[in-house]
Amino acid sequence: MSGVVPERHARSGQPGEPLLRVRGLAKHFPVRSGFRSTGVVRAVDGVDFDVRPGETLGVVGESGCGKTTTGRMLVRLLEPTAGTIEFGGRDITHAPRRELRPLRQDLQIIFQDPYASLNPRHTVGRIVAMPLQVNRITPPGGVKARVQELLELVGLNPEHYNRYPHEFSGGQRQRIGIARALALRPKLIVADEPVSALDVSIQAQVVNLLRDLQRELGLAFVFIAHDLAVVRHFCQRVAVMYLGKVVEIGDRADIYERPQHPYTRALLSAIPDVTTLGPAGRIRLAGDVPNPLNPPSGCRFRTRCWKAQDRCATEEPALTPRDGGRQATACHFPEADPVDRAGPPARPGGPG
Amino acid sequence: MLRFILRRLLVAAATLVVISLVTFGLFFAVPSSPAKVMCGKNCTAEDIAQVEARLGIDQPLPRQYTDFVQGVFVGRTYGEGDFARRCPAPCLGYSFRNNQPVTEIIAQRLPVTASIVAGGAVIWLLLGVTLGMVSALRRGTVFDRAAIGVTLAGASMQVYFFGLILLYVLVYATGLLPFPSYTPLTQNPLRWAVGLLLPWMTLGFLNSALYARLSRAQMLETLSEDFVRTARAKGLSPRQVHLRHALRAAITPIVTIAGLDIGTSLGGTFITESIFGLQGLGKATVEAVQFLNLPLVMATVLLAAVFIVVANIVVDVLYAVIDPRVRLN
Amino acid sequence: MTTSAVPAPRRGSAPHLRVEELRVHFTTTDGVVRAVDGLSFAVDQGRTLGIVGESGSGKSVTSLAVLGLHDRRRTRISGRILLGGRELVGLPEEEVRRLRGRDLAMIFQDPLSALHPYYSVGRQITEAYRVHHPGAGTREARQRAVDMLGRVGIPQPARRFDQYPHEFSGGMRQRVMIAMALVNDPDLLIADEPTTALDVTVQAQILDLLADLQAEFHSAIILITHDLGVVSQVADDVLVMYGGRAVERGSVEQVLRRPQHPYTWGLLSSVPSLHGDADADLLPIPGNPPSLINLPSGCAFHPRCRYADRNGDRSRTQAPELRQVVERGHLVACHLTEAERQRIYRDEISQVGVAR
Repeated sequence: MSGVVPERHARSGQPGEPLLRVRGLAKHFPVRSGFRSTGVVRAVDGVDFDVRPGETLGVVGESGCGKTTTGRMLVRLLEPTAGTIEFGGRDITHAPRRELRPLRQDLQIIFQDPYASLNPRHTVGRIVAMPLQVNRITPPGGVKARVQELLELVGLNPEHYNRYPHEFSGGQRQRIGIARALALRPKLIVADEPVSALDVSIQAQVVNLLRDLQRELGLAFVFIAHDLAVVRHFCQRVAVMYLGKVVEIGDRADIYERPQHPYTRALLSAIPDVTTLGPAGRIRLAGDVPNPLNPPSGCRFRTRCWKAQDRCATEEPALTPRDGGRQATACHFPEADPVDRAGPPARPGGPG
Repeated sequence: MLRFILRRLLVAAATLVVISLVTFGLFFAVPSSPAKVMCGKNCTAEDIAQVEARLGIDQPLPRQYTDFVQGVFVGRTYGEGDFARRCPAPCLGYSFRNNQPVTEIIAQRLPVTASIVAGGAVIWLLLGVTLGMVSALRRGTVFDRAAIGVTLAGASMQVYFFGLILLYVLVYATGLLPFPSYTPLTQNPLRWAVGLLLPWMTLGFLNSALYARLSRAQMLETLSEDFVRTARAKGLSPRQVHLRHALRAAITPIVTIAGLDIGTSLGGTFITESIFGLQGLGKATVEAVQFLNLPLVMATVLLAAVFIVVANIVVDVLYAVIDPRVRLN
Repeated sequence: MTTSAVPAPRRGSAPHLRVEELRVHFTTTDGVVRAVDGLSFAVDQGRTLGIVGESGSGKSVTSLAVLGLHDRRRTRISGRILLGGRELVGLPEEEVRRLRGRDLAMIFQDPLSALHPYYSVGRQITEAYRVHHPGAGTREARQRAVDMLGRVGIPQPARRFDQYPHEFSGGMRQRVMIAMALVNDPDLLIADEPTTALDVTVQAQILDLLADLQAEFHSAIILITHDLGVVSQVADDVLVMYGGRAVERGSVEQVLRRPQHPYTWGLLSSVPSLHGDADADLLPIPGNPPSLINLPSGCAFHPRCRYADRNGDRSRTQAPELRQVVERGHLVACHLTEAERQRIYRDEISQVGVAR
């Protein structure tokens, strides 16, 4: 990738309606034991965010934070328990399948495991053509020409049209998945951990491909990942989730240079970065993420937070915009200083 | 654990009520009135009505069902006066064809079937599981290949064919064994065992083939598990790795299938019983169906269901004993 | 964690584990897999060697071969594996078994599947202890296991002794695995992707724990990972593997700060970082990792190497030897001349991405 980076679509601060508008989105899974319902897992519990046309939003967090569930609700693979999803100005939260169909063209998903999401009995040509056929679309020049164009776009050999998924490597399979998602010229792609199953050298190939496509086609992305370094290279905005809540959201520079939420700081501090030899940053969280079946009262992060006080146990902090509105943090005691990469306290407490 | 068992028992009881309702419905599913069938060709309408009254099927349906349930718990009397037939609890019906309560028939037949199944199961579990385990551990060797061949042949063999071969070879041709017969265990254990040896071998060997294949597959899968690698990395001896770590995990699905197989077999092993001329439950059921002996059909169907339901509970409990993850949920 | 510039074995004490010209080949229906093909390295007591590579580089096979956990019927091993001076290659299985878990132990990627689901964690740890301490009674073994659980940071170890693996969180389970591996105080610990299945905040805890325990037990650690970040944090020395061979070896400073092999350059510039220009493109290595059944001739990396054609046909025909470069202890297997490598590194590589 060389040459001048084209002007970003809808960069921060640019006016205009968001393409995707999510408000109070929640998904509760009932937990059953026998015939009785013994509780609910609040996998996602009231999430708000917007994605503008051509904007890339990264959703990051550890296991159980609800990022994957959120992504699946956006493309309606899961039915939301509460809240609204507006796409292109229309409320699609509970739109029936028939009404969703035209919308599916604009809203696509890419999965983590490229192999599991491709039908092994279908040729690549058929897999990529499937969205066209399902929506009864005949592109000018014919389906085959369009599919070959797509294969070329994602860096595959168009002559491999008749091959089967098992004949491709992991990275190439992910490219097939991307070609399929692009077939209908979507406006927004939900990418669920699209590179985490790939080897490092291949991961970079796919990240670059997604970046090129995003710029050339003006695509908006909801990019779900656990790897903050990958997200930093791909996303303009970042939402950090913890136990079903967005704890912080902001522009890339806000999140990586001036994170205000202690959890965001801890996450950044924990990442082993090749550029620093020796132990990573100094913030160490104690213990694991609590069980989402029984999350802590008040602020959900308080059990692992070094700044937690009595108020955090009783009062849940709202996601409050600060510094003029682009960055919002759900914390009673947000950090103010820019991050010094080492973080404030020295390894609070042992594991426990 | 106790709560776990109680909950299973409750579900089982509910299942049995549903099954009893369905089998009860059998009475009314047959094309002509059971009374007519029972009475024979030269019956007048009056005779039929009389039989219906004796059977209790002149009553409205719900009443008939409550009578039936009552019979199960406290017993009941069919007919009146000279024709009265007492059917003590647990009364599952009264067979006018045999002129005895069906429970009596079952009491005669069940021990035969149970004896056949018990011996057969011991053989197929010991032989089949051992064979499967050993051949999994010696995968690719001559022993394994031979075992695969033999078990494939065994698994595709039919009971009647194999039974007849055994009968010919061991009884008619060589006279090594007497023709099978049933002697109650309590009367003479030795004669019980000798008389049932042939059906045991028939049932045991054939099922061994299936169990060997199943255990081999299970064991191979378990041997490739990470925790088996961990056990080896700890420096455990092959014996400890195989028995304590691999076998324990591989045995779980075998327990399930064995439980259900035994439960199903207890409901009757018709072919085996027929080949060796044993008066077991399977034969009784088939004869009852042939002669439209409805009370007996209903009772045996219900009993077979009870066995399967009970086998399920036993399997569940065993599962919980084997796997701590089940215990806690 | 010190990053000493001298990775060579200290005078007077031979390295605890020395592997020389190790070859691990196994036969499959598709052909012979040359999983490891002439690998040499050494680890000292109290030091950590990071083995880095992508899938199919042979890094995990190496660890299994050291422990003798490979399938003996299908695998051919040659070369030498010397543990504390004792040759392991060709040793009867029974003798290797007595060493496993006592002198050398291993922890695995996924602690949930690596622990037996049906036995309590305490039982699994005591089992590991008692197999090498036949004289130990139940009480003693239990005490030892509880001690170890406490040592790896599990709260209320005596109570948790009787719990089952599924009752622990992912991080706690990996602590259990570590406790089990260290219960016999082994001199060598092999950790195969020990944090890959864990969340990043938990990964940081586990890496800290391994470093603390190493300081305490003074054992040698081999850390196998695909994550260069993890290596940069905990390793003293680094071995980069490609296609079953070592392409670069040296101290963590040398390999990650002054890399000399084009594959290492490629890896470093592929990795996204938290620093530097986020808008700059990553520089991926073109193509895919090779098949171990059908390795490219000559230098296995040549089909993906930008500089392969600078040596005429040599890259295609001749496998490069691992040779020392400028610095002592820094070894590289590449046909590029010293001067050429230095020039490319200075002009092209050091400018971009992580490999700045």
